[in-house]
Amino acid sequence: MKKDIILAGVGGQGIISMAAIIGLAALNRGMYLKQSEVHGMSQRGGDVMSNLRISDKPIYSDLIPCGQADLIISLEPMESLRYLPYLNPQGWLITNKAPFINIPNYPDLDSVYKEITKIEKHVLIPADTIAKEIGNDKVVNMIVLGASAPYLGFEKEEIQNAIRQMFKNKGEDALNQNLQAFEMGYNYKAS
Amino acid sequence: MNKLLLLGDEAIAQGAIDAGLSGIYAYPGTPSTEIPEYVHASKQAKELNVITSWCANEKTAMEAALGMSYAGKRAMVTMKHVGLNVAADGFINASITGANGGLIVVAADDPSMHSSQNEQDSRFYGQFAMIPFFEPANQQEAYDMVHYAFDLSEKYGLPTMIRITTRLAHSRSGVLRKPEVRKQNDLKLPQDLRQFVLLPVIARRNYKKLLSLQDKLEYESEISGYNQYIEGNNHSLGIITCGIAYNYLMENYPNGCPYPVLKIGQHPIPKNMVKKLYDSCNEILVLEDGYPLIENHLKGLLNLVKPVHGRLDGTLPRDGELNPTLVAKALGLPATMGLPVPNMVVPRPPALCKGCPHNDTYLALNEALKDYSKGRVFSDIGCYTLGALPPLESINTCVDMGASITMAKGAADAGLTPAIAVIGDSTFTHSGITGLIDCVVHNSNVKIFILDNFTTAMTGGQPSAAYNRLIDICKGVGVPEEHIRVLKPLPKNHEENVKAIKEELEYNGVSVIIPQRECIVTLNKRMREKFKKQSV
Ligand SMILES: Cc1ncc(C[n+]2csc(CCOP(=O)(O)OP(=O)(O)O)c2C)c(N)n1
Ligand code: SF4
Repeated sequence: MKKDIILAGVGGQGIISMAAIIGLAALNRGMYLKQSEVHGMSQRGGDVMSNLRISDKPIYSDLIPCGQADLIISLEPMESLRYLPYLNPQGWLITNKAPFINIPNYPDLDSVYKEITKIEKHVLIPADTIAKEIGNDKVVNMIVLGASAPYLGFEKEEIQNAIRQMFKNKGEDALNQNLQAFEMGYNYKAS
Repeated sequence: MNKLLLLGDEAIAQGAIDAGLSGIYAYPGTPSTEIPEYVHASKQAKELNVITSWCANEKTAMEAALGMSYAGKRAMVTMKHVGLNVAADGFINASITGANGGLIVVAADDPSMHSSQNEQDSRFYGQFAMIPFFEPANQQEAYDMVHYAFDLSEKYGLPTMIRITTRLAHSRSGVLRKPEVRKQNDLKLPQDLRQFVLLPVIARRNYKKLLSLQDKLEYESEISGYNQYIEGNNHSLGIITCGIAYNYLMENYPNGCPYPVLKIGQHPIPKNMVKKLYDSCNEILVLEDGYPLIENHLKGLLNLVKPVHGRLDGTLPRDGELNPTLVAKALGLPATMGLPVPNMVVPRPPALCKGCPHNDTYLALNEALKDYSKGRVFSDIGCYTLGALPPLESINTCVDMGASITMAKGAADAGLTPAIAVIGDSTFTHSGITGLIDCVVHNSNVKIFILDNFTTAMTGGQPSAAYNRLIDICKGVGVPEEHIRVLKPLPKNHEENVKAIKEELEYNGVSVIIPQRECIVTLNKRMREKFKKQSV
């Protein structure tokens, strides 16, 4: 198996822990992995992205070539569109529906959604609303991860185990809320 | 054996610990910061009593590392590329003194300027100093090269350099550790106790020795496993790759490259290997991240013989980071491409955090300066540089660390008075104090704001050498006590702060205004840790 994944969002939204969990699941299978991160300047509320590449075979480039990403997983709708040149024509675009508006010229939201729905394989999930139901706004990323899980090439249990590993020192409550968030994302069906 | 999942930076740090490092010295700077941070957090390093020390700037760090090498132990100094400009005096002269204990300088370049003022290529410094240096292609090489670089440093009694770029520094991959951790060196002074005395008579002798070593260093490059000649069937093209550019090439040829490839990871340039490639191929393509260093060498001034392609003839862009797509185009391969970015997608520039103390300082400064003509605020590098962007638009310059105070002085001398300087606390101890001395000595009409948020925030909240010392430093340098004004930048103090600033604007001489309030991010982190401790 080989998956090239672009994780996108706004600085501070938590794309790195999504990458870490998928990465753990890959390592548990003994796969190769490369994951690039953005540090420094852009962390202060700017756009951030991470390239995550996992494969059964050795991986050369730390960067995903244009047009070859299997998935874009985004915590913010406009940010999901920023990386379209990387998505392959059969690729999935999975994004949180709630915008993060920290700029004065944020585009009209309906036209953002319209662009997203133009992508044949897309999931637009109201992760912020679901997080409110759970009562923890820090689990938005786990909800989006859950929505992406069917397309990652892993069994559901493999991702759940990785979440358990990630949160094993963070207390029962945190672990359960994250697992619940993952589950709700996984089961989400657009109505 | 289990692989460790490490950033390129972390691989260098772990490599150093395992290779018998005794001390690491650094001033933070993206993308190098995670190297000293990793050593600092490492339990293994703690047990081995490895010294980890944040320094006032890159020059002091360079010199401390040289001192440790003088005393016979292995030392590393790390910095971002522009830090090497600050350390350059010590760096270049260290190649003349030579090293005693193994000495490695790590320079982290930032092509595409993800978080930097320029994309200068540190390999030129390596050539300038005439020392061996390395360009790892991946995390494993980064780990392995450290051990090898220490060996080479001790074998020839020279400093060595490792040059990485952002992409490797901040990308994670599996790294296999060496089975054994090498013991640190014992204290052992140089045999010749005058080796490090660069009086002309000794410096001339040392320099001749450095020159005489060049052939040997080139030979090391030829036989080093880090420079590889990989044969190919199709000799219409020969490809030279440096560092991570090799990955972008192979990404395009998953089943093997049809052309002969020279993969370079160690300098000086292995001339014979280059010649072999040149002689056996019709044309040459050079893939290197950064400036066209090898390409320039190969072309020479007149580019008389075979075509050499790369950044200089437009085969690759002249600036910016390489990537697999650009390399595909350079090879004439059909590059895959997704959909274009829709027009509605707008840039999302970074911004000051909500509640950041710098914001309140700028609001007060903007108001105090309302009646003055625009364009008089000289600033510097740090989170507060974001004050250049809307809505604040408070500052007019950001050049190099410390330049706020000195540029304000020059502009004041030219008649732009009062000139304002805005500098962070860590930047002030990095390179601002000497500028302040200039201002005091000439009694320049400058108003210097030292934004004291108790930390080096931009690079992730490292300790600031200025902490609790700012007022004493300014007094000690000779700023009149009544013109050192400490403010608390909070919305509720706005009027009071504006008034204090206006008073100083009226005064014809050096004023230092110190808005003091902790960075929100470090404050929150501290509170969380305190809470965690209490709840255990
Ligand atoms: C010579 C050099 N070294 C390091 C850096 C990286 N750097 C940029 S800003 C900064 C920290 C600034 O800290 P401070 O002045 O306290 O401002 P703050 O970010 O806390 O507001 C560092 C280390 C640089 N740009 N140039
Ligand atoms: S990290 Fe600290 S200093 Fe930097 S913008 Fe945020 S609050 Fe301000």
